[in-house]
Amino acid sequence: MKLALKVTEVEQLSPLVKRFRFEDPKGASLPVFSGGAHITVDMPEEDAIRRNSYSLISDPYDGTGYEIAVRREDRGRGGSLYMHTKVAEGDDITVSLPSNLFQLDLRAKKHVLIGGGIGITPFLSQLKQLEMEQKPFELHYAARSREEAAGLKLLQEAAHIHVHISEEGARMDLGAILDGQPMGTHVYTCGPDGLITAVADQTARLGWPKTAVHSEAFTAPPPGEPFEVVIASTGQTVTVKADQSLLEALEAAKVEIDSSCRGGACGRCHTKVTACDGRILHNDHWLSEGERAAQQDIMPCMSRFKGTRLELDL
Amino acid sequence: MTMQFNDETFRGDYSYFNSPAAVKRFPFPFDQDSYMYSVNIEQHPGGPKGSPFEFAFDVDEHYVAEMKDREITLAGDPMRCQSLPHMELAGWDLLELIMVSKARDYPELFKLTRDGNDWHWVNKPLGIEKRFTFLDPTTLPCGPMEYITRQAQGDFALLHEREGNLWLDAGMITSQADWSLDFDVGMNFFEWHAPVPKARKMGVFDKALKFLLAVGQDQSYRRLNWTMTVNPRLDTSPENYHKWGPEKRTVTPENVGKKQFLRVELQTFWRLPRSNALAFPIRCYLANLEDIASQPKWGRRLHRVLRDIDPDLAEYKGFAVNQKYIVDYLSQFDDGAETSPGIFPD
Ligand code: FES
Repeated sequence: MKLALKVTEVEQLSPLVKRFRFEDPKGASLPVFSGGAHITVDMPEEDAIRRNSYSLISDPYDGTGYEIAVRREDRGRGGSLYMHTKVAEGDDITVSLPSNLFQLDLRAKKHVLIGGGIGITPFLSQLKQLEMEQKPFELHYAARSREEAAGLKLLQEAAHIHVHISEEGARMDLGAILDGQPMGTHVYTCGPDGLITAVADQTARLGWPKTAVHSEAFTAPPPGEPFEVVIASTGQTVTVKADQSLLEALEAAKVEIDSSCRGGACGRCHTKVTACDGRILHNDHWLSEGERAAQQDIMPCMSRFKGTRLELDL
Repeated sequence: MTMQFNDETFRGDYSYFNSPAAVKRFPFPFDQDSYMYSVNIEQHPGGPKGSPFEFAFDVDEHYVAEMKDREITLAGDPMRCQSLPHMELAGWDLLELIMVSKARDYPELFKLTRDGNDWHWVNKPLGIEKRFTFLDPTTLPCGPMEYITRQAQGDFALLHEREGNLWLDAGMITSQADWSLDFDVGMNFFEWHAPVPKARKMGVFDKALKFLLAVGQDQSYRRLNWTMTVNPRLDTSPENYHKWGPEKRTVTPENVGKKQFLRVELQTFWRLPRSNALAFPIRCYLANLEDIASQPKWGRRLHRVLRDIDPDLAEYKGFAVNQKYIVDYLSQFDDGAETSPGIFPD
C-alpha cells in the first residue's frame, strides 16, 4: 500500500540538509509508527521511478504528518538531488507506509543513542518515543561543525542531550560515554561505518553483550557503471543505468521482485544468482562474508556488477 | 441482523453446539483430498460475505460462551495470561486494533468513541461500558492486552522482534491445542515450534520466520491449522491433560460422530504500529464429525484425508488412538465421487 500525500513544508536546516513535511491532502490521520521507522519516497523521473528510504524524524504517535530530513549527496544517484531541487511545498508525493528495521529494545534499563552527522535522523523519532514511555536515555550527536549540524535545529536543549562538535575541539569520546553505564543499557548507533565499528569495538572491550549493541547503516544505493543482467526464467536482458540501482531497473522492466528498505538492511530483495561471469560489487549489510565471496547471492537494492554475464534466479 | 449467542458450555456437560448456519460457515481447512504440512498463507481479512474470513476479528454465535469459558480458566490459572513488562505498548496496540476493527465491522454490537486519548468503549454482548485513557494503564482494571482479550475470541500471542528472531513475550492462552504459555513464554520462534514433526527438516520454519519478519504495517495475513479433539473442549492445555486426556478413551463407534471434533485454528498475523511487535491471534473453531458430514463434500474429503494421513502426523495431532473409529465412521459418507477444489461447501 502507498500513501498519496502533499508536501506541506520544506525547510533548509543546514547548507546540505533539508527537512520535508508530508500530510494527507484531506487532512486524514496517517498511521502512527515506532521510533526508528523509515518510509520510502517515490521519485518519478521521465522513464522510471527512483525510490529512496528515509528515517522518519517526526513524533511517532502524531498522525497529522510525516517528516524526513534529506542530506544532499552530489555524487549520489540523484535521489537526494531530486528531493533538494525538484520537491517544493504544495507538490504531490507518494510514500510507503512506515516500516522499522531499527527499533528500540524496550527491555533495556537505559538507552544510549549515538548519531553521527545525518545519522541523527532515526533518533529524532526514537527520543520522542522514549520521552513518552518515560524511559531513561541519553543522546550523543556528533558533527564536524555547528554550521553542518542540521540536527541542532531539531533537538531541544536538555541535560541528557549531548552535542559534540569536533571543529570546536569537542570530539566525541566513546570510552567516556560507554564506560560506567548501568547493567542492562542498550546502545544504538547510526552514522558512518567508522562510527559503528568504533562503538562495536568499544562495547566489546567493555564486555557488553552483543545483543545490547544495535546499529543502522543503511544508505542510499551508490551509482556506478552501467551493466546488464539476464532474467533466468524469461531470458530477458535488463540494462541498469549508471544512476539506477539494479532493483529500480528490475522494477522498471516489470520483473517481479520484493523489497522494503532499499538500503541493503532488511533482506527482502535477496536474490539467487544462477550464473556469474565477473564480479558482484556487494554494497549491502545483509549477506555474510562467505556469501559475498561465493557470488551466488545478490541484494539488488544496493549491489552492482562488473563483468560479462550475470543471470538472476527471477 | 442481530446475532443470537448460544447458551452452551465447553466443559462439564459439553453443551456446545453449532447452528446449521454456523456449520455452513465453518472454516474447513482442507482444500484437497490429502494433507501435508505447509505454510499456506493468504491475505487477511478478505473472503466471502458471512465467512469467518470476511472481517479482521470474527465474532460468531459462540462469543459470549467462549468469554465465559475463558473467565473460568483464568480464575483457576491466572498464568494463562502473561505479559513481560516491555510488551505493554504492544498490548495497547492490540487493544486499539481489536476495538477499532470490531466497532467498524459489527456496529450493532460494539461502539468506540475517541476524543484524543479519551476513549469510550461499549461492548453490548458482554454488557461492558468503559471510559478510559488510551496508553494510561491506571485507567483499566488490568493490563491492556488482558483487558481486550477477555473480550475477544481466540488465543493471542504477542511476539517481540529482536536479533533476527521473534520472541513469545506476551499472550492470553486459554484454548491452546496442547501447548503451554507458562512453558513457552520468552521462547523464540524455533523453540516453541520444535515439537512439530518433519516441518523443521523441511525448512518450513526458516521460511515462515523470514516471512513473518517481513510483515509490514499495512499487510496482515492468515493461515489455517487443524487438529482433532474429543469433546468440544477449549482448554486442552498440557497442565490440564489429566482432565481431558482420558476422555480420548471414551470414544466408541457409536458416539464418534458426536464426540470427535475437528478443531480448526484461524491464525492471523499483524504488525503493530507503535511497538513494532507482531500480534498472532489464534482463533479456534470446533465442529464434530456429524456437523462436518452434513456437507457432502466435506464428509468425503475428511474421510480421505484422515484415512491416508502420515502416521506421525496422526500421532502429533492426537487422534491416532481413535483413527480407526473415525475413518470407519466417515467412510459411510464417501461414495468415491470427485470433490470440487477449494475449502467451501458445494
Ligand atoms: S530491499 Fe531491503 S535489503 Fe534490499
